[in-house]
Amino acid sequence: MASNIWVLAETWRGQITETTLELLTLGRELAGQTGGPLEAVLLGDKSLAAPLGAADNVLCAANVAPTPEAVAAALAQLVRERQPQAVLVPWTNLSMDAGALAAAQLNAPFVNGCKDLKSDGGMIVAQCVVYGGKLEAAVAATTAPALFGVLPGSRPAAAAGNAPTVTEVAVSVPEARVKFNRYLEPETGDVDITQKEVLVAVGRGIQQQDNLELAESLAAALGGAVCGSRPVIDQGWLPLSRQVGKSGMSVKPKLYLMLGISGAPEHVEGMKNAQLIVAINTDANAPIFNVAHLGINADLFDVVPALTEKIRAVKGGA
Amino acid sequence: MNTLVLLKMVPDVVEELEVAADGKSLDTSFLRTIINERDDHALEQALLLKERHGGKVTVVALDAPDIDDTLFAAMAKGADRAVKITDVPEGLTTQTAAKLCAQALAGLLPADLILTGVQALDDLDGLSAAIVAHQLGLPYIGVVTGVTADGPTATVIKEFAGGVRGEFAVTLPAVLGVQAAEKPPRYVPVAKVRAMMKTQKIETVPVAGDVGAATIEVRQLAKPVVSSHAEMLEGSPEEAAAKLVERLAQRGLI
Repeated sequence: MASNIWVLAETWRGQITETTLELLTLGRELAGQTGGPLEAVLLGDKSLAAPLGAADNVLCAANVAPTPEAVAAALAQLVRERQPQAVLVPWTNLSMDAGALAAAQLNAPFVNGCKDLKSDGGMIVAQCVVYGGKLEAAVAATTAPALFGVLPGSRPAAAAGNAPTVTEVAVSVPEARVKFNRYLEPETGDVDITQKEVLVAVGRGIQQQDNLELAESLAAALGGAVCGSRPVIDQGWLPLSRQVGKSGMSVKPKLYLMLGISGAPEHVEGMKNAQLIVAINTDANAPIFNVAHLGINADLFDVVPALTEKIRAVKGGA
Repeated sequence: MNTLVLLKMVPDVVEELEVAADGKSLDTSFLRTIINERDDHALEQALLLKERHGGKVTVVALDAPDIDDTLFAAMAKGADRAVKITDVPEGLTTQTAAKLCAQALAGLLPADLILTGVQALDDLDGLSAAIVAHQLGLPYIGVVTGVTADGPTATVIKEFAGGVRGEFAVTLPAVLGVQAAEKPPRYVPVAKVRAMMKTQKIETVPVAGDVGAATIEVRQLAKPVVSSHAEMLEGSPEEAAAKLVERLAQRGLI
């Protein structure tokens, strides 16, 4: 077993993603502990390799379609041949499928939702976010090679540095049973939430569609717009264009005021860079209070009407 | 269009979760479990496909506390058949559990689609749908938010990021990891579930064989060690709101 640490380079519409560069930073730390080189696996054209200079080597195979099946087959083949100790895979909608399939093909562990990794007595131990962020688990992979799904934001992005060394490798990909047809662009909604300075975000705690009026009134008083977390979009109470989080938009408003959102990592990923984060939640232990700057532990249905009224009074008097 | 839907129970995270004395697992003494939300969406998608194309929906689950209620509720919503996998060993991981499920699902084929949630809150070791697909030798794609069946292939919508989705053509039969159904999961009145309990039966199949050892070991389960916590604005809702307005005004936000 080699001590090599690999990072699956994720490409999105012809570019290496930021998450890939974050994983290179984490991978470099880990490689320092295992004593192995850090290698990136690029299943795409080698002209894309330039940002991967933080890796000691880039393994590049160009003939792989951007489907989970093809990426997984190619990755599993390379892992079998070269036996790295660990493969870091972006824990994103784009790459989680390929990581999970490759692990299944290799009968290898795929440790989910890792925010940190370290080498401990020859094993790699991951710190994983579970139960919607309410708990964390320290999980050791007991066999190697092992795959790790690493959450975006685990480390700062690695600088490209010098042009990377690229090693071209051959992989054989099975006949495709899942074929990519086309991208569907987001419907241009009435509001572009990524451009708003103030956002009022609603989650499961809003309870029913009629209650959205409360959030709308508050947003109107603040001169902002309403957005939501996954459960609200799934219920059809807000359009997809208003979703913040892993599948939705990433936003950086001046104020992000959250009503009844517990703070699952999928949501936090999309809003953690807001300048001022305020959370109102009835659950004093909601993980969102570890992310927010200001918190109110109370029922939003008690706080929001008072808040809206007071904001109107301040603005009216200004 | 015959569909198998794999369901599982997960802890209800609305409740407080306590770690057991071993420091590695959940204290289950007062644990409330509910259907994995993504599995509920998988069931809904299967029912929508049945409404559009006909066929049968079979729900399948590993035995767990309250699983019967969940299976009867699925039948009350429109599933035709429910199968419970019994004699389930302790200490399963996502990977070993998915392998057990795959063995049971193999006995229920042929089917056009196998749907399950793309992930669950307690998954630590892979994604069930991907593992099942590999075990059964079927195509897989996850983070699915829409399915249209067109004969030997299905047109499947997968979510990426930033609101962008991808359309894929998937050869059937296939396994899909569902993120969200095209419509919110339907509601079913308790009375209808009770009626199902009186008139319908849940079939049982024992676990089929060995699935090998787990490839992960949980060393610790704990509340997150946080580097920061929100400054809490205390007082009555009225007082807390007043404090917040003051802070927003100080920052020039109002």
